[in-house]
Amino acid sequence: MIKNVLVVLALLGLLVMFLPIVNNFQERSELSELATDYVNGSIKDLNSPNVVTSVIVTYRGLDTLGEVTVLFLATLAVGFLLKKKALKTEKKEATENLKTTSTFLAALVMVLGIYIFSHGHLTPGGGFQGGVIIASGFLLLILADINLKINHTIIQLVESFSGVFYVIIGAVGLVLTIGFLNSRIIPLGEFGNLFSAGSIPIIYSLIGLKVGAELTNIIDTMEGE
Amino acid sequence: MLYSLIIGIALLLVGIFAMLTQKNLIKIILGFSIADTGVHIIIVSLGYLKDKTAPIIDSAVQASEAASKVVDPIPSALVLTAIVIGLAVTAVMLSFVVEMYRKNKSLNINDYQELKW
Repeated sequence: MIKNVLVVLALLGLLVMFLPIVNNFQERSELSELATDYVNGSIKDLNSPNVVTSVIVTYRGLDTLGEVTVLFLATLAVGFLLKKKALKTEKKEATENLKTTSTFLAALVMVLGIYIFSHGHLTPGGGFQGGVIIASGFLLLILADINLKINHTIIQLVESFSGVFYVIIGAVGLVLTIGFLNSRIIPLGEFGNLFSAGSIPIIYSLIGLKVGAELTNIIDTMEGE
Repeated sequence: MLYSLIIGIALLLVGIFAMLTQKNLIKIILGFSIADTGVHIIIVSLGYLKDKTAPIIDSAVQASEAASKVVDPIPSALVLTAIVIGLAVTAVMLSFVVEMYRKNKSLNINDYQELKW
């Protein structure tokens, strides 16, 4: 009883804390100074039509590096906690139809993922979204075929290489004295082309591969449970 | 957007309510995910500008007047980060639950008294 009262009190306290936000809420009609700078800088300095991408990859690149590190640590923790056991293969094999269709669909899903992360600077999307889509392709394969073995060596190689190249590309900016993770280390190209916006598409593709590999690893480890 | 702000706060409160009252570990994690989503909606609705479009330059948004036509890109970028971190944290929490269930054969939080005071 006393517990329920405390819960209600805690929620009421939170509500009181949030009320000023709702009460004083005014719909803004102009961008803040920082956001205006980001929008104009993304077009003029970085040649990237998608402003969110240039904020994530260049202006806040260090945050994204930290985020990728957190994701890597989470993968490590999941792998450490759930050591994969030998699967009991009592389950019936999937039918031929299911297997064939899922393989066909998974290939399409992965191509969509690659499209999304390589066009991250042009269209809505990017490395994280593309990586998740690639992992969902692998999830489809795992769900359709219970005995599927995923080659962990390849996953680890892809993950390590994309992580290392991400940091190397960032460090090249330091060597050229432009700044860590600055995307202007290679020519910017023509506005709106696939090969433009400096190193943004390269970094985002590496992030996409890394996220896809990590999430595939998480899914594969959890499959045995 | 006032309505999305209210929806976000409501989701956050529902999630915290679930975390405080539920006994099942999986349901507590579900509560965390709901609260997480609420926070994302709050951040995005604070960055919304009336009658503006997504911050992507294309045929609908000319590069010369982009700054007066798009919503704030910073909250979107923050939320993208937060979603990925939330996913990673949820995966780690779920694997902890799997490990706890394997050791004690119980998902009820009352059976785990070691950290209670």
